Amino acid sequence: MSCRRGRPELGGPPELYYDKNEARKYVRNSRMIDIQTKMAGRALELLDLPEDQPCYLLDIGCGTGLSGDYLSDEGHYWVGIDISPAMLDAALDRDTEGDLLLGDMGEGIPFKPGSFDGCISISAVQWLCNANKKSDIPAKRLYCFFSSLYSVLVRGARAVLQLYPENSEQLELITTQAIKAGFTGGVVVDYPNSAKAKKFYLCLFSGPSTFLPQGLNEVTDEEEAKGSTFTTERVRYKIARRGLVRKSREWVLEKKNRCRRQGREVRPDTKYTGRNRKPRF
Amino acid sequence: MKLLTHNLLSSHVRGVGPRGLPLRLQATEVRINNVEFNPDFVARMIPKVEWEVLLEAADHLRLIEVPKGPIQGYEQDETFLRKMHHVLLEVEVLEGTLQCPESGRMFPISRGIPNMLLSSEETET
Repeated sequence: MSCRRGRPELGGPPELYYDKNEARKYVRNSRMIDIQTKMAGRALELLDLPEDQPCYLLDIGCGTGLSGDYLSDEGHYWVGIDISPAMLDAALDRDTEGDLLLGDMGEGIPFKPGSFDGCISISAVQWLCNANKKSDIPAKRLYCFFSSLYSVLVRGARAVLQLYPENSEQLELITTQAIKAGFTGGVVVDYPNSAKAKKFYLCLFSGPSTFLPQGLNEVTDEEEAKGSTFTTERVRYKIARRGLVRKSREWVLEKKNRCRRQGREVRPDTKYTGRNRKPRF
Repeated sequence: MKLLTHNLLSSHVRGVGPRGLPLRLQATEVRINNVEFNPDFVARMIPKVEWEVLLEAADHLRLIEVPKGPIQGYEQDETFLRKMHHVLLEVEVLEGTLQCPESGRMFPISRGIPNMLLSSEETET
C-alpha cells in the first residue's frame, strides 16, 4: 500500500511489515477492506473466467483473505500463499474457505504443473523488487516466481496481478521477468489520470496471445486507456485552462470534464450547465 | 489444509526432481467440515487428482469409502462425486507434517497452514 510516509517495501521485509497491527487494519478498517475488495473484483473481471464455472484459483499474497473471500463468494475454490504469519493468523480468525499456505512467492509456487485455472494477486508482487537479504537478487526471485507460476497454471490460464510499482523501471523489471518465463500480456492501467484512483494490473496469459482488456477510464476521446503509459506530464490541464474566463460556461464544462477524467462521479452536462442564474440566487 | 490441496502440492526444494515430487502426509489432527457439494467442480478436479498420493493419504488418515480410481462415466455418477467431494474438500488436516520423499525435508502444518518457507540453501538460486 502506498502511504505518505514512503513506500512500505523500502522499510524492510514483508513478514515484518505485516505484523499484528497491520493485520488488524485489514480486518477492521472499512476503507482498506473496501479498496481491497474492489481490486479483487476488478482482478477477477480481468481474469475472464468462463461463466458459471467454479474454478480452482491461486491467490498470491492472500494476506487476511479479503480477496479470497471475494473469490469464494463468486463460487470459486482457492489456495492462498502469504509470507506473513500475522496476516494468516488474522485470516484464520476470519474463517476463510480457501486453504492457506505460509510461503515466499520468490521461492517458487510449490504445486504440480497445471494445478490452477487462474491466479490473482492484490498489492503483493512489488515486494519482490526489493532485496531484503544480502543473498536476494530481485530479478532472480522474480524469474523464479514467474516461471513457477507459469508452470502451475493450466495451459491458457491467466494471471492478474494488481501491484504498486515504484517507478517505470520497476514495472519494466517485473514485466521482463514475466516475459522471460513465457507469459504474454501487458499492463492494464485503470484511471491513469488520477493520482489516487490509478491502479496497475499486470495481466499475464500462459496460452496463445489474446487481446489486452482496456483500462477503466471516464474519457472516450483521444486519451489512451490501455498500455503502461508512465508519464509525469500534466500539461493537458494547463493548456485547457489557459484562455478560459473564470466561471464561464466553458470553464465549468472543462472543470467537470477534469473530474470525470479522474474517475469521479459528475452530473451530466445539460443546457442548464453553467447557465447564468438570476440575481436572487 | 484440504486433501485436494495436498494432492496438488509438490516439493520445491532445490534439486528435487524436474518438477518436484508429491509430499508425504502425516497428520496428527484432522477435522471434517461441511462443504457445499458442487458436482461441476468435483468432476473437473478428478482428472487432476494423483490417485496413489490420494489413496496413501486417505489410508493414513483411515478414511473409509474412498474410491480407488476414476470410474467410467464419473461425471454423471453422483454417488462417486459425493464420495470424492467428501475426501477432497471436507477432510481438513489441522496438525501434522509434509515430507519431501527425496530430500527428507519436513514441512510442518500448524492450525491447518503448512509452512513451506525454505532456508537459503534450499532455494533454487
